[in-house]
Amino acid sequence: MIPVCRLEDLPAGDSVRLDTTPPVAVFNADGELYAIDDTCSHQDASLSEGWLEGCLIECPLHAASFDLRTGRPTCLPARRPLRTHQVYVEDGVIHVLVASDAGAPGDGGAGAAEKGSAA
Amino acid sequence: MRTVVVVGASLAGLYAARELRAQGFDGRLVVIGAEPHAPYDRPPLSKGFLTGTADEEQLALADEEETAELAAEWLLGARAGALDARGRTIVLDDGRTVAGDGVVIATGAAARRLPGPPLAGVHTLRTLDDARALRAELARGPQRVVVIGGGFIGAETASSCVALGHDVTVVEAAPLPLTAQLGPEMASVCAGLHARGGAELLTGVGVAGLRGAAGRFVTGVELADGRLLPADVVVVGIGATPRTDWLAGSPLAVDDGVLCDDGCVTALPQVVAVGDVARAGGVRAEHWTSATEQPRTAVRNLLAGHTVETAHSLPYFWSDQYGSRIQFAGRRSDGDTVRIVEGSPDDLGGGPPTGPRGEGLLAVYERAGRTTAVLAIDRARPFMKVRRGLAADRAAELAAV
Ligand SMILES: Cc1cc2nc3c(=O)[nH]c(=O)nc-3n(C[C@H](O)[C@H](O)[C@H](O)COP(=O)(O)OP(=O)(O)OC[C@H]3O[C@@H](n4cnc5c(N)ncnc54)[C@H](O)[C@@H]3O)c2cc1C
Ligand code: FES
Repeated sequence: MIPVCRLEDLPAGDSVRLDTTPPVAVFNADGELYAIDDTCSHQDASLSEGWLEGCLIECPLHAASFDLRTGRPTCLPARRPLRTHQVYVEDGVIHVLVASDAGAPGDGGAGAAEKGSAA
Repeated sequence: MRTVVVVGASLAGLYAARELRAQGFDGRLVVIGAEPHAPYDRPPLSKGFLTGTADEEQLALADEEETAELAAEWLLGARAGALDARGRTIVLDDGRTVAGDGVVIATGAAARRLPGPPLAGVHTLRTLDDARALRAELARGPQRVVVIGGGFIGAETASSCVALGHDVTVVEAAPLPLTAQLGPEMASVCAGLHARGGAELLTGVGVAGLRGAAGRFVTGVELADGRLLPADVVVVGIGATPRTDWLAGSPLAVDDGVLCDDGCVTALPQVVAVGDVARAGGVRAEHWTSATEQPRTAVRNLLAGHTVETAHSLPYFWSDQYGSRIQFAGRRSDGDTVRIVEGSPDDLGGGPPTGPRGEGLLAVYERAGRTTAVLAIDRARPFMKVRRGLAADRAAELAAV
């Protein structure tokens, strides 16, 4: 699990980019927290710089849009989905469980954490 | 409408085919393309494809599944040579004819060349084949590259050549490149990217000719002021001309593009034009986004039989150079004032060979207290906000008339 920032430092409508490889973007969509791969599956724009509306994020380069809940593109030019990642809030700090780590042996922390909601 | 023929199998042509199906056209769909390749994306050709970070599969615009769903007949490697007087039959260069009751013209533009006999080592960059040839030549080890033309494609090519370790000089005839697009202040900021990235920019001097024996390798570029730039590779990036040659003799009016109304409909209601080849409502855009947006309106009007919708989207383009991303949206005209609202030209980061990103900058163009356009260098998020505002203003303005 990667600590992101304090919950109050990611207000609704805001996003933050984690410099992981590949980078991950964390969004506060009207109180719900989501994490998906930051690099648009179309070319190489950073989705954390995109336009957030509901749980859709519009890419700042060619306007592909992704559903933060599933990582799936909802329109062209993107055609491939992005990985989504689990988000937890623990002691007021947002954490992301990057998908490739999910299900790793001995990873028991997930169940104990609060659900990824800022509400 | 039973058969629609799309001429041009690239970005705008593919988007037109998609729109035809999306808008319910279930008749015969024929797509004619002069290149042997399935539709591919051009912007990466001067960027990631040249530097080797994007390969040919990544250029594909449609995957197999989508291509199958479109249920189109693809005539690739087939060039349209003429359109008949009724605007219904297309004659291919090999003599075949294709008849339809609707035609979409999407033949794009061709790179402008320098006059004179062909020399090895001299390239233009418009097609995949152009890019393959240039990429192969650049792979032969460090060379002296001269890029003629400091526009977006010239600048991107220069930047890619620097990233590959070549010694690069850009020659621009105007006192400053990109002035028409960006205005003098911001054009000079962008011109500064060359020096920062490690390429030399020579401005205000034209090219008198190329040196090299006919049929042999180029050896240099002769400038109008008598200077000689030794060169192993020359890239000619002096713009593109709309491909309307095949329409000679047809009833369609052509003048720097196929003339059409602001719904992309030509003088013949069953013929529409989209993308780089279309001069819609008096303007021709050579940008990726217009080529993807115009087909929706054009197809709607084609299927309706007359103009029921206009395509007035806000112009937008981007360019990647020396590790920086430039984005521009709106309609700037001479005399607009420009104001940097975020960041600074002194902190653009990068540098050889594209060091860390700097702060970037956001600049707005204004006229009579209103924002007309916006430019960003590495400031995507605020750019998007201003761009959306401009688009909303434009929509409101159009709704009011
Ligand atoms: C190297 C490069 C980099 C670019 N980078 C950017 C960028 O960063 N940002 C941006 O906004 N835009 C960029 N562009 C511009 C963008 O790619 C074009 O605006 C876009 O490709 C236009 O699409 P189109 O389908 O109208 O025309 P084209 O892409 O030119 O396609 C036209 C097609 O029609 C075919 N054709 C022509 N004549 C005939 C005929 N008689 N019969 C049959 N077929 C024919 C051609 O072979 C071609 O495949 C770039 C362009 C290039 C070349
Ligand atoms: S990079 Fe995101 S839509 Fe193109």
